[in-house]
Amino acid sequence: MKQPLIRFEDVNFVYRKSTLEEPEIQQEWLALQNINLDINEGEFVAVLGHNGSGKSTLAKHSNALLLPSSGRVVVGGLDTQDGERVWEIRQMVGMVFQNPDNQLVATTVEEDVAFGPENLGIPSKEIQARVEESLAAVGMLDYRLHSPHQLSGGQKQRVAIAGMISMRPKCIVLDEPTAMLDPEGRREVMETIHRLNKEEGITIMHITHHMDEVIDADRVVVMADGKIALQGSPRDVFTNVETLRKLHLDVPQVTALGERLRRRGYDLPQGILTVNEMVMHLCPSE
Amino acid sequence: MAKAALTDVSITIDDGEFVGLIGHTGSGKSTLIQHFNGLLLPTKGRVFVDGVDLTNRETKLRMIRQKVGMVFQYPEHQLFGETILEDVGFGPRNMGLSEAEVITRVKDALALVGFDYEAVKDRSPFELSGGQRRRVAIAGVLAMRPSVLILDEPTAGLDPEGREEILDEIKALHHKWGITVILVTHSMEDVARLVDRIVVMEKGTIALDGTPVEVFREVERLEAMGLGVPQITELMHELKKHGLHVNTDILSVEQAEEEIIRVLELRDHGNV
Amino acid sequence: MAMFKNITIGQYIPGSSIIHRLDPRTKILSTMFLIISLFLVDSFWGYGLIGLGIILVIRASEIPWKFVLRGLKPLFVILLLTVSLHLFMTEGEPIFQIWFLKVTREGVIRGLMMGFRLILLVVGTSLLTLTTSPINLTDGIESLLKPGKKIGIPAHELAMMMTIALRFIPTLLEETEKIMKAQMARGADFQSGGIIQRAKSLIPLLVPLFVNAFRRADDLAVAMEARGYRGGEGRTKFRELHFSKIDVIAIAIVAVSSVVVSILF
Repeated sequence: MKQPLIRFEDVNFVYRKSTLEEPEIQQEWLALQNINLDINEGEFVAVLGHNGSGKSTLAKHSNALLLPSSGRVVVGGLDTQDGERVWEIRQMVGMVFQNPDNQLVATTVEEDVAFGPENLGIPSKEIQARVEESLAAVGMLDYRLHSPHQLSGGQKQRVAIAGMISMRPKCIVLDEPTAMLDPEGRREVMETIHRLNKEEGITIMHITHHMDEVIDADRVVVMADGKIALQGSPRDVFTNVETLRKLHLDVPQVTALGERLRRRGYDLPQGILTVNEMVMHLCPSE
Repeated sequence: MAKAALTDVSITIDDGEFVGLIGHTGSGKSTLIQHFNGLLLPTKGRVFVDGVDLTNRETKLRMIRQKVGMVFQYPEHQLFGETILEDVGFGPRNMGLSEAEVITRVKDALALVGFDYEAVKDRSPFELSGGQRRRVAIAGVLAMRPSVLILDEPTAGLDPEGREEILDEIKALHHKWGITVILVTHSMEDVARLVDRIVVMEKGTIALDGTPVEVFREVERLEAMGLGVPQITELMHELKKHGLHVNTDILSVEQAEEEIIRVLELRDHGNV
Repeated sequence: MAMFKNITIGQYIPGSSIIHRLDPRTKILSTMFLIISLFLVDSFWGYGLIGLGIILVIRASEIPWKFVLRGLKPLFVILLLTVSLHLFMTEGEPIFQIWFLKVTREGVIRGLMMGFRLILLVVGTSLLTLTTSPINLTDGIESLLKPGKKIGIPAHELAMMMTIALRFIPTLLEETEKIMKAQMARGADFQSGGIIQRAKSLIPLLVPLFVNAFRRADDLAVAMEARGYRGGEGRTKFRELHFSKIDVIAIAIVAVSSVVVSILF
């Protein structure tokens, strides 16, 4: 069997924090508990969970920004604990963050996209080629000379994604990249990462709390209290309407409707996710 | 070159209304709401709050701003007080109220957003979680006891639980206290659930204005503006297009359930 | 909505003139030569020649005069002060006297010379920033400082700092405007009152601004680390600077004429 791109093995992460009232006493809690998870090459994995569920902590383990307190994370055969290989791991696993304003470093779009390859020590000629192809891949080539503050939120996130692609990663981990965007920006980002996944074969780990963004994923992982609460295809996960509610997560309106109609005795399959599916089942003559 | 952010906008908002303001980024929503409390003044035309003309030089805009409270996007980024009492009391203190009155108002405002005054008053707002910080920031506006409350995307960036909490509190403010609420949002599901009236902005003008049912009938126009309708409403329109004769004026899952069952029973019995 | 949206950082005016196309290091070095010779030269002839040189460069740069002269505006008071200080304070052969202020022949000469010196200094250095984009300027400074690394000059770090500052100035200005409006909506008044009152009224603006800036710094540090940043060691550049023939000629001309002017006048 092929080895997974990222493997979490019995990962625990203890988070320590001291409070203002009692600075000597450190509170400890398990932000991640016994996580076992494989992310395979070419997959689109969505990670769902509300704030404090451990989903961001999980993300930061995938490129050695955080190291497990026990257990291990293996990325492309490299253990993230291995201090010497950290930079190789970060080249393999790119990461895009929530706030579009706080991750662009340079004063122009093209300089920013060049930042990663510059750190990797890529020759200048090669960087220029990579910048061009990365900006083209996210549809931002026309903006190469703009400065970041002239861009919309969705555009900034696309530049941040281009800044990852230029490092030629195997996987991009996106930590709530759409949380601060308007619907248009969200659409831009989602289209971009789906395209990169399909056309360039880049593995995607997309972290979100928007239900509608996980429907097209290959696999959904639901996090709660530092543990994996549910896992499976979007359809499998969304059959558990009650569990999701208990975890304070929404389900799409049509999924909720399907569940209600089933309870009223209508013969519908579990886990209807889209308007089209529902129409197909209710108007079979079409 | 100056570009008009608003052109020929005429709108009246009545006392006690709950209005949803939608439109995509750059449609002029933010500009419009800043005219409601005199943070921006029109280059042409006039704005009246409670009969007072804001464009009149004599008008004390600070008085208007007490009446029309405004919660900006990510309001937690504007917290500054060492303690929650200091921060929430900022507005009332600026109004020149007595310390006793300030404390009463802070207490009430905190209660409205679900905090116990005694438990939190001396704590720093910065040690709270993101959702809690936002509620404290909203309390800072409520402490001025505005009769109108404008909220610019109050749920942006929150998870579903935090979103639910804030929206429930806004709903209570409107229902229990009769505050006029203007809610700027991108979520069609939220406006469908909460408001009495929807105003849709496009390119600096008011494109649609009516009850949620009326506005969401205009599926095609909304889609042309890059907006949508709630998923459940979209489903009803699609069902109708595919020959199921449902009423499309549906805004919630519950309504949809009843309507679909009604029509399916009719169809199945009719066919037998 | 955004009154700060259209600000330009520095005063760079894009163009494709020969001056624009020079390597930033050429321009920085030339500016150094200019500054040194301005301090060495001590005659009207000297200033006249330097002025002529600067005028030629301005013409070659195709920068409109009003932009060049705009740089002098904020300097007006200092200019006036310097000139009058020299005018009245220099000992020598008196020309006339107003009350206790004695104007001497030497004073007039000194005053005028100091005036010319200042004007040429400002116009000359602003030519550098008018024709060089901040990015190029940063690259140039980093490259010139690199040899200083052995004696502990953190060339890369300084350049990185400049870049980040330039990147975040517009963001912070926008944020300032937003916070100001939010506090004004809560009845804050930034305009009236005495100086203490006004300083106090800035607290609700400055505290959130700093808190947010630290939060941004934190985020940015993590983002940079995730993008493989580990200081200047082993780093390559997107755009490599290289001296062309024109650069070599330009530096030679500037160097020779500076030395000649400094020695002769």
